[in-house]
Amino acid sequence: MKIKAVMEKTMSCLFFICGMVTIAAVITISVYMVLSGIPAIKEVGLSEFLLGQVWKSTAAEPQFGILPFILTSVYGTLGACLIGVPVGIMTAVFLAKIASTRVAATVNTAVELLAGIPSVVYGLIGMIVLVPAIMQLFQLKNGTSLLAAIIVLAVMILPSIISVSRTALMAVPKEYEEASYALGATKMETIFKVSIPAAKSGIAAGIVLGIGRAIGEAMAVMMVAGNVANMPGLFKSVTFLTTAIAKEMSYASGLQKQALYSIALVLFIFIMIINVILNAVLKRGDKR
Amino acid sequence: MKKMIGLITVFVIALTLLAGCNSSPQTSSPGTTPPNTTAPKLSGTISTNGSTSMEKVVASLIEAFKAENPDVTITYDATGSGSGITAATEGTADIGLSSRNLKDSETGLDATIIALDGIAMIVNNTNVVDNLTIEQIAGLFTGEITNWSQVGGADAPVAVIGREAGSGTRDGFESIIGVTEECIYDQELTSTGAVITAVSSNQYAIGYASLSAVSSEVKSVTVEGVQCTEDTILDGTYAIQRPFVMVTSSSKELSAAAKAFIEFALSDEATEIIANAGAVQAR
Repeated sequence: MKIKAVMEKTMSCLFFICGMVTIAAVITISVYMVLSGIPAIKEVGLSEFLLGQVWKSTAAEPQFGILPFILTSVYGTLGACLIGVPVGIMTAVFLAKIASTRVAATVNTAVELLAGIPSVVYGLIGMIVLVPAIMQLFQLKNGTSLLAAIIVLAVMILPSIISVSRTALMAVPKEYEEASYALGATKMETIFKVSIPAAKSGIAAGIVLGIGRAIGEAMAVMMVAGNVANMPGLFKSVTFLTTAIAKEMSYASGLQKQALYSIALVLFIFIMIINVILNAVLKRGDKR
Repeated sequence: MKKMIGLITVFVIALTLLAGCNSSPQTSSPGTTPPNTTAPKLSGTISTNGSTSMEKVVASLIEAFKAENPDVTITYDATGSGSGITAATEGTADIGLSSRNLKDSETGLDATIIALDGIAMIVNNTNVVDNLTIEQIAGLFTGEITNWSQVGGADAPVAVIGREAGSGTRDGFESIIGVTEECIYDQELTSTGAVITAVSSNQYAIGYASLSAVSSEVKSVTVEGVQCTEDTILDGTYAIQRPFVMVTSSSKELSAAAKAFIEFALSDEATEIIANAGAVQAR
């Protein structure tokens, strides 16, 4: 009998430790990021760093303004959401409400496959197919651009939005929809005015998940966006916060390396803010 | 009580994780097995890291060296000259590979020049331009010349493709042409191969790449009337050339295998190997 009690205690300790490992990892990463990112910001000056428009890290007189990167990441994510959110939500509605079981199963499999494709493959296909297409379509001299990155990101965040929204839509109580039909609404009216608002918080969670993925994507974007530190323009070569770090980290030294850590800190803070918003939105949904 | 235990556990685990960050990187064991007393056979691992332009040359040297010393394993990571030099400094690689000379700020390193390489100016195969002067090249890359018709080509815009800031190829090109920090690029890619691919798929593109990597996918134009070949590099008539350097740390003892590899690269045996790979052995 004693042994059983010991086993119980040991197992609960083990679970406890596993849980603590996650917390420890998050705390360690946060602390390390803050400690490594602060020196460069102090050296360059907060406003010069965040609002400066020129990034010349290897010049004889280096300048470390990351506004182009911040704006590019923001525009890129917004653009990806502009395309990805409507398509994602409509697809989720299709899967949850409109499609027959067999069609729904096929589309579902396709969505899950899309979720599993590694980002490098997205980047490769973007580079081989999308970039020349954009070059020809818009008569540009060079196809790598913010537009290419936005399209690739939109396709990448679709699976997150679709699966979470679909789950949220399927969880809407049937009584809501039946009541709507009883009052004489058509199917489309019911979907747009009853089901989607009822599944609001789940859909919001899916969107925030998609945003998180879009803002953190480096590999796929590096292959289609051109990687030049310009202020963003739809058809200009741009660099995101993530690709700025990826491009220079392997050979950076001194202040340049510290500046890259600071970019990582800014990115980290962005994602923290997004997570806080997510939690706030979810909590509001639960209260209803 | 539980909260205290939780907090303490978190701190202990966090400290353990943080301890890992501060320790200096473990130098990869460079196989310091003393040579056999019966026969001078080398063994161990040599890690090389750096220039993407040197890929063909290093790959052929590795192949030939391994044929004579089958017990030695040599790895090559193509990360760019800047990263190669950093790797040699930090000790994460035995030999750093750089396609440019060391800067004054890069101290504590020994540089051994094993070959000379030409930087070919490449354009798309459909481009009718055959020759460019250094002035025209400078104009194209700084954005002064924006249309191919200004240098004898079709009426089309110019797309400038280059490498990332730490690249040895970019450094060599910009310093010889005299446009350091003045180039305006449409794309900054991270390897010589990527530049060649980008130029081959864009009819308006111009770029630069190591001679050893140039293939029939792209067209190499003559610079000041001189074609980029091994002969013109050797006799110096082709202007845009740079050294292939093997960088080692001055403070760390190099393994017997690594020393032998560097000596092999400088030997007469390697002349033909390096020539076949598209570069010229430095004399």
